[in-house]
Amino acid sequence: MQEPGAEKTMDFLRKKAAWVRKETLNIHKIAPETRIASSLSAVEIFVVLYYGKILRFDAKNINWMGRDRFIISKGHGAISFYPILADLGYFDKKELDNVCKEGTFLGGIPDSIIPGFETINGSLGHGLGVACGMALALKRKRANENIFVLLGDGELYEGSVWEAIMFAGEHKLDNLIVILDNNRICMLDYCKKILDLEPLEEKFRVFRWDVRIVDGHDVSQLYYSLSALKQDRSGRPKILIANTVKGKGVPSLEADPLCHIKSLKPDEINQIVAGFD
Amino acid sequence: MAEIRTTRDVFIEEIYHRMHEDSNIFFLCADFGSPKLDALREKFPDRFINVGIAEQNLINVATGLALEGYTVYAYAIAPFLTMRAFEQIRVNLSLHAQLKEININLIGVGAGLSYDVSGPTHHCLEDISILRTLPHIIIFSPSDWVLAKKFVDYSINVKKPKYLRFDGKPVQQIYTNPDTINFDSGFCELHKGERICLVSTGYMTQKGMAIVKRFAEEDIRIGLIDVFLLKPFDEGSFYNVIKKYDYVITLEEGFINKGGLDSLISKILNSRNSYIRFIPMGFDDSYVFDIGSREHLHRLKKLDEESIMATIRTLIGEL
Repeated sequence: MQEPGAEKTMDFLRKKAAWVRKETLNIHKIAPETRIASSLSAVEIFVVLYYGKILRFDAKNINWMGRDRFIISKGHGAISFYPILADLGYFDKKELDNVCKEGTFLGGIPDSIIPGFETINGSLGHGLGVACGMALALKRKRANENIFVLLGDGELYEGSVWEAIMFAGEHKLDNLIVILDNNRICMLDYCKKILDLEPLEEKFRVFRWDVRIVDGHDVSQLYYSLSALKQDRSGRPKILIANTVKGKGVPSLEADPLCHIKSLKPDEINQIVAGFD
Repeated sequence: MAEIRTTRDVFIEEIYHRMHEDSNIFFLCADFGSPKLDALREKFPDRFINVGIAEQNLINVATGLALEGYTVYAYAIAPFLTMRAFEQIRVNLSLHAQLKEININLIGVGAGLSYDVSGPTHHCLEDISILRTLPHIIIFSPSDWVLAKKFVDYSINVKKPKYLRFDGKPVQQIYTNPDTINFDSGFCELHKGERICLVSTGYMTQKGMAIVKRFAEEDIRIGLIDVFLLKPFDEGSFYNVIKKYDYVITLEEGFINKGGLDSLISKILNSRNSYIRFIPMGFDDSYVFDIGSREHLHRLKKLDEESIMATIRTLIGEL
């Protein structure tokens, strides 16, 4: 099923992911108040969506009507999206040195004051419902664009998310693709120790969604699943459960159920980044 | 001859007509109806959506549609629309509106004590106070159906989030000429009086009309100002009208001293170092669990005609 040149593409995506991880850690060094562990679990997801050209976008015309919409509902975990936006030309790369500094537009949690972000983020449980409204709007306009949503698994505790899950199934929003960053840790503990969210796959299926499950750090799995989901217009909303590791790439975070609230010291970041090279 | 009609029905009927010519209108509801809604949902199944009893999703879906350029009406029972989904309104309407143009019209039915016998969960006493705290939200509180009908154009043309609080019961027509209604000022002096003026919103203006009429039979002229747009509000014009009075009584079916109509008016008087004496009338700091008609509940909270008139007579005695 692999296209010619596919391995080259995957290599490119893996290299980009390593670069984004490094840049994200550098941002965290400047802005230790950013949620580093949550941002590291979504790196490959962002990379595949943008560098894998899953999403249609135009950095020079951010409101282009032909763009696919991307709503990052787990806004706190999107610091790793900043280097990608800068690299693609949404804003100047120099801005990455100013995250959380006075006068910048790059905060600890991104909003739509940042070119490339569609909605207000930071409060969990809003993104999917708003995405449903957008998906419905595009259907009525007979537009072909897709709505992508990045949800965190901890966000599934919000009741409003389930109102939207029911809505999307009922209205057959097959232009809606949710990617669940399933890192399985909330702020204070593993989700399964708080209120177990499993079985997730069955939950979505009974709400009339198509479900796929991938390793959320495997760019090849992400790429082929998202490519297929994008083409599929069979009358069901779609969710890709991307099993991820919170704090991916930083051993001290990966092993810690409290990693959500942990910040890394500059020395530790230097050491990790050196290890990447 | 003044006609008695239900505000929401008049408004929805007018939106129904507009939807024929304006394909940009969506009408959403959280499983809440009206006799006039039946025609709309039958005629426009593509642009009428019942999201179910899910006010949070009602606001969020409305936001998504509005971000894609649609004019959206979101219709539900007032206390649930404004209070269950308050944070959705804050994040997706108020915050978004600071950055983007979105035209979302929240229609809450059951203002004040409209749903009298349904008890305190259905009494809507806080909506004005809490929504006034949110930037960029227009608050419309009509006293009759003529105002509501006139507001249809405004709701389409002014591309901002709005909260429309409608009474649940049929109400008497107050405004005879829609052309005189001015949404730039937000209020109308329905009766010019001497010394004492009532300032009211929504259903309490109906009560104010009755009180003014009863005093007129005794040759006592009481002023009455109907505040139908609480935000934005032209404070300067209002003060120019109110400054001729010695006493101002605000009337609202809501809590007082908590940011509602009384707070709006007292702030205007205070900031101008006015000598006008200010008497807020509304709900004290407690709910009513008692069962009975709206009139009965008003008596319990001293918002009935007799109690308000007694307050006015005391003031007249002081003059």
